[in-house]
Amino acid sequence: MKSGSNLEKVLAAGHFSVTAECGPPRGADPDVVRKKAALVKGNVDACNVTDNQTSVVRMSSTAGCVLIKEVGIEPLLQMVVRDRNRIALQSDLLGASALGIRNLLCLSGDHQKFGDDPQAKNVFDIDSMQLIHMVKTMRDEGIFPSGKKLEGAPQFFIGCAVNPFADPFEIRVPRLKLKVMAGADFVQTQCIYNMDKFKTYMDLAKKEGLHEKVKILAGVTPLKSAGMAKFMKKMVAGMDIPDAVIKRIADEPKEKQAQKGIEMCIEQIQELKEMEGIAGIHVMAIEWEEKLNEIIGGAGLLPRPIVE
Amino acid sequence: MITGTPKPIEEILQMLEPYDNIVLAGCFGCVTVCRVGGEKEVEVLASTLRLAREASGKKITIKEVCLERQCDPEYIETMRPYVEDYQAVLSIACGAGIQFLAEKFTTTPLLPGINTGFLGVTERQGEWAERCQGCGDCVLHLTGGICPVTRCAKSLFHGPCGGSAKGICEVDKSVPCGWQLIIDRLKALNQMDNYCKLKPYKGWNSSRDGGPRRIVREDMI
Repeated sequence: MKSGSNLEKVLAAGHFSVTAECGPPRGADPDVVRKKAALVKGNVDACNVTDNQTSVVRMSSTAGCVLIKEVGIEPLLQMVVRDRNRIALQSDLLGASALGIRNLLCLSGDHQKFGDDPQAKNVFDIDSMQLIHMVKTMRDEGIFPSGKKLEGAPQFFIGCAVNPFADPFEIRVPRLKLKVMAGADFVQTQCIYNMDKFKTYMDLAKKEGLHEKVKILAGVTPLKSAGMAKFMKKMVAGMDIPDAVIKRIADEPKEKQAQKGIEMCIEQIQELKEMEGIAGIHVMAIEWEEKLNEIIGGAGLLPRPIVE
Repeated sequence: MITGTPKPIEEILQMLEPYDNIVLAGCFGCVTVCRVGGEKEVEVLASTLRLAREASGKKITIKEVCLERQCDPEYIETMRPYVEDYQAVLSIACGAGIQFLAEKFTTTPLLPGINTGFLGVTERQGEWAERCQGCGDCVLHLTGGICPVTRCAKSLFHGPCGGSAKGICEVDKSVPCGWQLIIDRLKALNQMDNYCKLKPYKGWNSSRDGGPRRIVREDMI
């Protein structure tokens, strides 16, 4: 065991893992997190807590992680390199590990242009690839990147994100390979809607043997409506939603579209479960945590295994 | 070259509010090439300011001058004989030039007439674009001659990020994704093996983060 996290144990035992995510609130009220956590609890092996996603200021990811941990959910800390230099990153990693956070997702972070503070200075002292390397160095060698010895190495199951649908496609798998080389233990993918393209991506990844070196958790997001699908397709960079998927939900009357979205998500999870090289699922039910139980249960993934 | 853009005339007039006789100093260096602070711009700006001040009933005397370079002491010295006869100097050179004037003429207020931009190139007539951030540790041989520090909005060393779509950067539709450019070039040069390597963390101490920089060439001193 590299970290001893529940997610690592579940995956090591050969179970198909389940993660979800919880966005912290735009304020200091811990009850918002606790309420979301209550909807997540029991449905996942670990829950991501996002780090100022879309560059909109929110409660810190570490605080969110501690709050969900207090109610019995294993946290997965998202950490972006947009806002912290290597000094702050190392310090926050030590702090998070000391607080018992055992899973980490290394990200670059959306450009600050998209948030409420487009005039902010960004950092990007190191990039997400180098963050993976930094955490691995600290964990496995017990030293800071500077070479100085740590008094207690941080213990993290190290994750990264990949977007199989972003441009240019031909470097998508080489990029995953780089992240594995840097030290990633698991990867969570961007939301998948284009299953054909994802299969092509996985075939290329398998050719490189990457599915045996890193746990690949396939990302899904249930669509609430045809409007949401169209919006995401148009507005989110690197989001690939085939017209056939949009049509399927658009063909339903408005009041039944949400239910259809859930049904489609469950079908997709079942298909992903059977795909060679997929070790788990990452369900990003954005501001729809109340549906996690229905989706994950519907896909036959409940109850979650307990691995000692 | 160092590029720049003129400050809004209202802002300049506000700066000039306390003064009624000034020097307006241009520069024959970069700012002449990018047409923001040369001899011609001195002439046009001086006329504009005179007219505006006349209209507001508070005339201003402006001595027009254009130095060979505002970043070299010998040219700055040519201003010394008369600079104290004026209440202030408005410079339309780059920030380096303006500061060098301020350093040399310690009792005269220096006012910036342009906003200094970036180290860039003339892509076409009237359009300049950034190419270099002067980070002090060039890696262009590894990245197909395209700078990741400057051309990537996040200065990533292992791009592109998820914000790259169809070759365009998410920060602006007019900005090409730097990493798409790098990859296209590496492919064309048959150097994709450079992409598939982990790069060391960049030392920003050779960049501005090490504090104001200095180059000393012993062989020239």
